[in-house]
Amino acid sequence: MTLTAERETEVVYPDPTPPVLGGFQGLPQRPGWLSQHLGTAAIGAVLGYLLGHWLGNVVASGYTNIANSGVNAVAITGGLLLGVFGWLLGIGVLNYPLAKMVGLEPRPDYESTSWTRYLRLTVDHKVVGLQYVIGVLAFLFTGGLLAMGIRTELLSPSSHLFGPGTYIAIVSEHGTIMMMMATSVIVGPLGNWLVPLMIGARRTAFPRVEAFSFWIFTAGYLVILSALFYGGFPTGWTGYAPLQTQAGGGMMSYLVGFAVIGLGMMAAGFNLAVTIINYRAPGMTWSRIPIFVWSILATCALLTLATPTLVAAGFFGILDHTAQTAFFVTEHGGSSFLWENLFWFFGHPEVYIMALPGFGIVFEILPVFTRKPLFAYKVAAAAMLGVALLSFFVWQHHLFQSGINPDMRPLFMLTTELISIPTGFIYLVGLGTLYKAKIKFEVPMLFALALFFNFLIGGMTGVFLSDVPVNVTVHGSFFVLAHFHYTIMGGLIFAFFGGLYFWLPKMTGKTMNKKLGQIHFWIMFIFFNLTFFPMFLIGLLGQPRRVFEYAQNLQALNDFSSVSAFILGASFLVFVANFVWSIFIKPTPAPANPWNSLGLEWQTPTPVPYYNFERIPVVLNDPYHYSEENAVSVADLGEEGVLVAAGASSPASVAEDPRPPAR
Amino acid sequence: MWRMVAIWLVLSAVLDPLFYILVGPHVPPGTMTSSAQQNQFDFNILLVAALPVFLAVWVYLAYTVVMWRASRKGAPEPVGGAQARTHLGVQVGWIVTTTVIVLGLFVFGTVELIANGGSGGGEGPNPIWTPTSATILPVQVIAQQWKFTYRYPTFGGFESGQLIVPNDTTIAFHVTSLDVIHDFWAYQLSIKADANPQQDDVAFTTTRQTGSVTVRCDELCGLWHGAMFNYGKVVSKAAFMAWAKSTEAGNAANTKLLPPFAYTYVPDANGSDGGYYPDNVDPYSNSEVYGAKPAAS
Repeated sequence: MTLTAERETEVVYPDPTPPVLGGFQGLPQRPGWLSQHLGTAAIGAVLGYLLGHWLGNVVASGYTNIANSGVNAVAITGGLLLGVFGWLLGIGVLNYPLAKMVGLEPRPDYESTSWTRYLRLTVDHKVVGLQYVIGVLAFLFTGGLLAMGIRTELLSPSSHLFGPGTYIAIVSEHGTIMMMMATSVIVGPLGNWLVPLMIGARRTAFPRVEAFSFWIFTAGYLVILSALFYGGFPTGWTGYAPLQTQAGGGMMSYLVGFAVIGLGMMAAGFNLAVTIINYRAPGMTWSRIPIFVWSILATCALLTLATPTLVAAGFFGILDHTAQTAFFVTEHGGSSFLWENLFWFFGHPEVYIMALPGFGIVFEILPVFTRKPLFAYKVAAAAMLGVALLSFFVWQHHLFQSGINPDMRPLFMLTTELISIPTGFIYLVGLGTLYKAKIKFEVPMLFALALFFNFLIGGMTGVFLSDVPVNVTVHGSFFVLAHFHYTIMGGLIFAFFGGLYFWLPKMTGKTMNKKLGQIHFWIMFIFFNLTFFPMFLIGLLGQPRRVFEYAQNLQALNDFSSVSAFILGASFLVFVANFVWSIFIKPTPAPANPWNSLGLEWQTPTPVPYYNFERIPVVLNDPYHYSEENAVSVADLGEEGVLVAAGASSPASVAEDPRPPAR
Repeated sequence: MWRMVAIWLVLSAVLDPLFYILVGPHVPPGTMTSSAQQNQFDFNILLVAALPVFLAVWVYLAYTVVMWRASRKGAPEPVGGAQARTHLGVQVGWIVTTTVIVLGLFVFGTVELIANGGSGGGEGPNPIWTPTSATILPVQVIAQQWKFTYRYPTFGGFESGQLIVPNDTTIAFHVTSLDVIHDFWAYQLSIKADANPQQDDVAFTTTRQTGSVTVRCDELCGLWHGAMFNYGKVVSKAAFMAWAKSTEAGNAANTKLLPPFAYTYVPDANGSDGGYYPDNVDPYSNSEVYGAKPAAS
């Protein structure tokens, strides 16, 4: 591999700041008042909703009313679908395809530095990434507020704050919102923001698809929230079928919402997968890409392959409600097992969509704060791919007691327990990296270490659940609930916040307050465990999930959990305070590479230029050569950049590189 | 390194037997039935196997953050390079160890599942792992929003709102639903089986002790799911026979019009013989087994 040979193939990119600003060739410059932003999207959504609702009532008045509700499922579905369409039209997602249809060519995009670009459709992956940060935080905090409602109700076994209908609506809304949020919580913000920078690309493969994935994600948020205005839905996030068929208008929000979110997941997955495969810089071989990129690639495989099942199942559900089909109605020849299987065929890969990016993040954080290379890089990559592959073969473990063919159960017990082998690799890599390290307890490192503590409990209790005889005791109880909160919240959400503390200095150019970060971490870590560990006991002692009444003798444990949950909820206020204080009120500029990381994304200036790299870097080495004498530098960033000597703790000058300087 | 191993070995050697002896016998769901006993045993075995794994990681993490933190005086300087990136022995050892543990757990779980007649879990309409007992009491569990009804096919098919079963008896629970999916969770009996509309889901257990039983719905079934619970009893055989015979006699006027075993209360529009119930449902095939032969004999 010679550097000059690769330089010759370099593509010449257009001037980063073209004089003509956006819009379409042949059309005059759009006046300011016609610009599209969040407000026009909202107007589009409202108009679309009204039109769809009216149309639904016109085409199907009378016979599709949901029993006893005075609600027309066709009108709601039409309203929601056209509302989403209007939202996308209003924000401008459809400008490009519509213009191409009538033969207009778009002008090159332009670099905007105004803060208003965060409220607009943009094809800059860094802006989309930050939009996603705000989007998933809104999602997360909405779901968190609902969780506070659940824990408040469970303070008492028999006296109630909410009616049973309100309670079940809160439980369902909490579960669904959190699941929807978690599908994108890392892939959306950090995946979109980091992947092009990590692989040395100037953009993702399909920037318009990337923008689409964000704006349809926000539309999904509005759709699932709309369920509350239809009285909620009673099925939990799993939406089991005869109950689903029976449910009122809120169920349409669930079905349409998941279909809408599903489209966004597929779009995000395709975009990042194609980016990773095709947009790697010269020299960025498969054995050099950062492990976070491997985790995103594995996640993208799940996003693109598992989500269509969900969208199809949601479509069947919508048809059952609107066109009076009977996919899930046993009495009319359908099957309640059909939904269970379709849902979990998506649903189980889904939970690994929520685990793998978290592992990727902690593997990026560990080497930086241990000053050691990532241990067993290939095993880590194999773990990601192994988990992704196996996750398609385990879905029936959710149905062990459901009356499925009984001899399938040992098979699914085997596949489920097999998946703990690649998951165990995660620990091999993590613990191996920590071996004889020099650990700096910066805030991201605290979150990364906490993942290993939490996920151990979550993962090991998963083995209990996978054992069919023990599953008889723990299935459907608070034990399961504690288990998946330990994996998703203890794993993914801890990794997400670790990732935010780690990369926000790069993303925003501002330093997060370390003291507040530590306070946030310790409150969150301690009270996360105090909230969810008692739930293992509560479940073993016989409390089923999603109940509003429970045995008197479990009140002490439930109250303990509730009070801890309130403090856990408050810990996020510390984060919000830190975020607002450090980024908006009293910003401290962050250095370009505050953690002395070797990662390619840290070698760019802060703020990262619109086109990321002045020249496409030539990658010479993987980014984990910490504490290594005379290591080859990570990348040649061209004349403008600096060569990074891997062994040094700070970027070294070109002269120190053992190789002759490039050009 | 060896210090870590020593700490781990000592902790595991102390805590594992301590747990098994002190906590193990009190682990839910108790010892009231065969499936409860076996599932308690399985849980304890898994915990005894899991505890050293927990301890290994916790000891390692604790040792790491104490001994190898950057702020500690005398902490070793980290070493990069090839030896820090990979170690064939550690990697192969790790993979082999986890694989052996996982396959061992799979074999253990499967053996326990098959040997114990399905371990009290729902086995669907055609159970393949069944208890060996010659006399099996069938009890049909009919779930609906939001209550359980229990039907005793071998006693003329009378129905009860309370689950009462005899001690020292193998019981087959036939769980079904009239509307949405429920789940029959008889906690102390260690029975858990989904109630699916128009489908039978069979679960077996053998009672070993008398006492009271909590039954809860364990699958979200709508508005009053949280309030869908009731209580039952395991009583002596004699008490059960007395209760069953008298209830059978008291309900005879009603039960003679009803099938002793059916999946639905709903009249079947396709019933060819004009009957109210689906004519494709046979009476319970073992209907003579328990009721005809007094349990005491």
